Order: sequence, then structure tokens, then C-alpha cells
Amino acid sequence: MQTRSKMLKKAFTTAFPYTIPIFAGFWFLGITYGIYMNVSGFSFWYPMLMSITIFAGSIEFVTVNMLLGAFNPLQAFAMTLMINARHLFYGISMLDKFRGVGRKKFYLIFGMCDESFSINYTADIPEDVDRGWFMFFVTLLNHFYWFSGATLGGIFGSLIHFNTEGLEFVMTAMFVVIFMEQWLKEKNHTSSILGLIISLICLIAFGADNFIIPAMLAILAVLSLLRRPLEAGGAADDDNGNSADPDGSGQHRMEIGESGRGGEAQ
Amino acid sequence: MTLAQQIITVAMVVLGTAVTRFLPFLIFPAGKQTPKYMQYLGKVLPAAVFGLLVIYCLKDVSVFTGSRGIPELISIILVILLHVWKRQMLLSIAGGTVCYMLLVQLVF
Repeated sequence: MQTRSKMLKKAFTTAFPYTIPIFAGFWFLGITYGIYMNVSGFSFWYPMLMSITIFAGSIEFVTVNMLLGAFNPLQAFAMTLMINARHLFYGISMLDKFRGVGRKKFYLIFGMCDESFSINYTADIPEDVDRGWFMFFVTLLNHFYWFSGATLGGIFGSLIHFNTEGLEFVMTAMFVVIFMEQWLKEKNHTSSILGLIISLICLIAFGADNFIIPAMLAILAVLSLLRRPLEAGGAADDDNGNSADPDGSGQHRMEIGESGRGGEAQ
Repeated sequence: MTLAQQIITVAMVVLGTAVTRFLPFLIFPAGKQTPKYMQYLGKVLPAAVFGLLVIYCLKDVSVFTGSRGIPELISIILVILLHVWKRQMLLSIAGGTVCYMLLVQLVF
């Protein structure tokens, strides 16, 4: 029992620093969401229960509008599939990483929001830390931040007045850092560049509200077409070659120089 | 909407979200060999997805109105510089966010 609690503690203390930026972002967004529900006429029970059961930021904002509109469950379902379709990519990427983590797997999949996925995919988990519990705590902490923020926003609603303008940028900054971590680790930048450029083109072509699905399809199509050269060029070899490094210990710096541009494939 | 209708609506959203998260794991269960094509996608997709998420965060930035995306641009450049310099995740994120907040609150 002693060793188990030690192991859990270690996993928790390793996971926690990775989630600090998410705490800032989720409290800001969660409180905003709670306030939004509050001023839309819903009691705090709504953001509280919805943040626990749905746990996917953008669709929860959309759900507020659905609840205010006419009853249309099929449309609610279809809309959710569209907005959250990107999770399919996360699942495909985590098929191997979630292997062998036991019953926690169910919760890891249930709580796989953008942020949990990004941390769990890129984090360089030390050998002596249990991988399953690390990912579990990342997911649980994120879930808790979102839930507590949404609930507080729902309860205190319009009472909150402090100048947080611009705090939402914490999420953008985090994804830029995660993108860079991936960039610094990978041998071949084709996929990173494609992700940026295709998404940007689709954003311009389809607009902010409709670009995700076309971008996903285009990314899927181009990566499928490039399968042979990318596999030959080593872009697909890099199974565990990712790290986010919140302590800044710099233990991966060696590899950055070495990985070079070994797999220029096209 | 009645309470029952509200519960059904939220339940549909919960179900839809769960479908998008669980589907790959249901189609490719852990016990079976994952097709080579899916293994390939699992390895190359994340890099592209992180690019997509960066763009997704910036989707509501207008280049032609308001501050024209200049605070975003400056702050992202700062995040990149900080991260190349120190490679400390929290420092890069905090630096970029504080910079952005100062810019939108005081300058633009």
C-alpha cells in the first residue's frame, strides 16, 4: 500500500506542472461559460452538470443556444459530431498510448479534450513514473479545473468584475508551445507544416465556423497521399519522440540538433 | 423547452461527444492488430493536429478590422522566442499571455 501511494503521489506531482497553464485557461473559459449560462437564465446546476458530463469546451457554449431554441435532439447530436469530430484524430493517435493502462482507459478516453490529449501525447513521462496514472491525473485535473470554473461562474455569475481581458490567450500560447515541442522533436516537419497551411487555407475558404471538417478531410487526404514518401523518410518512425518539458531541464536539447532534417521526403 | 427535453438535449450532446472520443477505440480494439494505415496515421496526424489547433485558437482574429491581429502576432513571436531561448513551457506560455493582456488592455 505504501509503495502504491508513493507511486500515485509521484504520478500526481509529475502531472500537475503540465496542467498549470490549463488551470489558468480553463478557469477563465469555465467561469466565462458559467456566467454565460447564468445570464442566459440557467441556474448553476446546468453549467455544473454539463461541465462534468460533456467536458468539451466549445460544444458546451453551443449547447446553451440549443437549450434556448426549439427541441431538436437529432440536430443536437449531429452538431456535436461535427464540432467534436477532431476527437477522432486524437483517438487514432492514442490507440497505442492508452494500451495497458487498465480500467483507467475508459476515463482517459472520456476526458480526452484538446488539452488532455495534447499534454498526454507530447509529455515526456519519466521512466519511473507510471504512465497510466500520469495521464489519468492530467485528465482528472483538467476535468476538475473546467468543472470548478464553470460552477463558480454559474454561482457568482454577474458578480465577477475584474479585468481579465486577453487571458484567453493562454490557450493559444499553450498550443503554440506544444506545436513547437513537436517541431523540435520530429525528424520531418511535413505534417506540422501541412497542418498549419491546410488549416489556414480552409479557414480563409470556409470561415471560422465551418473550417474544421474540411481541414480535417484535407489533412487526412494529403497525409494518405504522402504515406509512401513519409514512411520512407522516417516521419512515421518517431513513435515516442515528443516532449513537453515544463521544468525546462533541457534534457532533450541534444536530440534537437541531431534529428536534423533527416527525412526530407517529398 | 421542458426539463425532460433539456435533459434529452444535453444527453445527446454527451453521447455525440463520447462517440467522437470512443469510436477509434471501438473500431480498433486493443486486443487486435491495428491496421498499418491507422498506425501510420496515428504517428503523422498529431503534428498536423497541433497545427490545426493553433489555427483553431486564432480563428476569430480579423486581419482587416480592429487591432488586425497585431497583438496576437507579437505575442506569438514572443512565445516562440522565449521557448527557443529557455524551453520552459510555463515561462513561454505565461510570458506570451501577459504580453497579450498588456497589449489588448493598454495599447490596442
